[in-house]
Amino acid sequence: MADTALRPEMTHPVTASPAPRPARGRRRSPLAPYLFVAPAVVLFVVFMLIPLGYTIWSSLRAYRIEEGASVLGVRVDRFVGLDNYVAVLQDAELLASFGRLGIYGVIAVPLTLGLALLFALLLDVPAVRAKRFARTAIFIPYAVPGITAALLWGFMYLPSTSPFSYVTNALGWGPIPFLEAGGLFGSLANIAIWGGVGFNMIIIYTSLRGIPAEIYESARLDGASELQVALRIKVPLVVPALVLTGVFALIGTLQLYGEPNTLRPLTTEITQSWAPLMTIYRDAFLTDDLPSAAASSTILALGTVALSAIVLAVANRRRKEGVS
Amino acid sequence: MTALDTRPGSGSRPGGAEGDRRTARSGGTARPGAARASRSGKLLPTIVLLIGAFYCLVPVGWVFIASSKSPGELFTSFSFAPGTGLLGNLGDLFAYEGGQYGLWAANSLLYAGVGGVLSTLVSTMAGYALAKFAFRGRNLIFFMILAGVLIPGITLAIPQYILLSEIGLAGGPISVLLPIIISPFGIYLSRVFAQSAVPQEILEASRIDGAGEWRIFRHIVLPIMVPGMVTVFLLQFVGIWNNFLLPFVMLSDQADYPLTVGLYTLLSKGSGAPALYSLAITGAAVSIIPLTLLVLFLQRFWRLDLISGGLKG
Repeated sequence: MADTALRPEMTHPVTASPAPRPARGRRRSPLAPYLFVAPAVVLFVVFMLIPLGYTIWSSLRAYRIEEGASVLGVRVDRFVGLDNYVAVLQDAELLASFGRLGIYGVIAVPLTLGLALLFALLLDVPAVRAKRFARTAIFIPYAVPGITAALLWGFMYLPSTSPFSYVTNALGWGPIPFLEAGGLFGSLANIAIWGGVGFNMIIIYTSLRGIPAEIYESARLDGASELQVALRIKVPLVVPALVLTGVFALIGTLQLYGEPNTLRPLTTEITQSWAPLMTIYRDAFLTDDLPSAAASSTILALGTVALSAIVLAVANRRRKEGVS
Repeated sequence: MTALDTRPGSGSRPGGAEGDRRTARSGGTARPGAARASRSGKLLPTIVLLIGAFYCLVPVGWVFIASSKSPGELFTSFSFAPGTGLLGNLGDLFAYEGGQYGLWAANSLLYAGVGGVLSTLVSTMAGYALAKFAFRGRNLIFFMILAGVLIPGITLAIPQYILLSEIGLAGGPISVLLPIIISPFGIYLSRVFAQSAVPQEILEASRIDGAGEWRIFRHIVLPIMVPGMVTVFLLQFVGIWNNFLLPFVMLSDQADYPLTVGLYTLLSKGSGAPALYSLAITGAAVSIIPLTLLVLFLQRFWRLDLISGGLKG
């Protein structure tokens, strides 16, 4: 679903675990729970913890040429502390890619969530027609991989195949600059929005369906309009689902890679370092600069965790204030 | 990770609204008494929804029409005018490089199917243990899993590749299958589901009857957890099917590619050979069909209230 919103890399705002509920009675087999969690723990360590540790470790090291036996010196791999971080944070190219990611995210995330909320609220309005059709149609892009979505939209943008540019050409306005500097952010964000709205809509709608109808009934009896019911009652009640989908969308945004990469053959505007993850891929595999790639990866991952944590913390505080 | 004090299973609820939410409600039926209140205001919402539906269907409609165009027609006829090359395109697609498209489709199915099943099993066992047993280290494990949910999995693909190539496992299908089995979010969902769906009394009773823990899990817990497992499986299946960077980084042989990477290769080669554009478009159209059908068919079995926090705790 466009690399954005919801991929398997989904998340949930609920964090710290509650106090363990003491098992009643005597456990006869204290080994059992360990065996049940063992596969997950082993895989977690091998495929998440170790790669993470390895990334941090390599981000603190670098290849340096040192004087040695030969005239050219010897290439040694040694500890350089935070040098790589200092270097990548001063790298104008990488900073520019974070800037582009920021602009893209500011367009994609609010619009995805806003449209998802709007459609979910409309689906929940009694007596709206064609609900089933609309819900299914809006959900279909979820089944389209981000790469395929980028391919489809890429041709919808390309002046020679675009139906939109066909119309504007016919009107004498010339093609729409979807893939030019000005339109590119909107075009990329649109792919993410298209792929993400349906799933988020379903999450929010499911949350709406869980609210007892009696809550609205009394408001309606008091003369509240459908719009007032939606804004004053429904929206506050689905805030948790919104926070959740917001964090999903945020994490998806920061992992932007496939879509701009897919559009690259269609436009010269997208460079090899357009998005941070593209720069990281280039450093790791094309220019063989693993330490820089590791440092940038760590910054990206830390940034993601920090942003998600801020969103969750703000939501949590709001919620607590609401209670008191 | 700050603490949102939340009972697992109840999701995070807004303050003051701790009412008893009904989770089961027949979908689509209007609430009693609501119809009269909204007869006037139903036209605009319907129109807006239909615009949304149209927006979502346009690119899909386009790709099916475009797949009927011969390479010559693609760039010359109006976008939504059907062409005459559908059978030719399909023939070219399945003949490309000795039938590689069929291989890609089979690979996607293999990675998503096997990966999804293994991931669901691992998640279910872990989620059940975390929900229903008190053991030393439980909170630490759960906290790490939750932290794992927030880590962008894609940034791990490159170190995973480097480490797997150190031990000679990178390059083949196994390198795509192994890393996707661990799903922190799947474990989290399984825990939420086990917490609310598996009654402690049944476990206690079975233990008193002398059943072993594995037997209890196999014959009592697993059947109860099926709805949660279906949800985790579908999320994982679609996630793996749609994944691009991991197979892109890991695989070296084109014959091992899934559809996403295969279509990407077709498109990136296409700038040199426009005939490949037609193949990429036809390939995209064909690949959309099975997953859309699967998702639409299985939609009704999803317990997405697991995610949205509507599950009763």
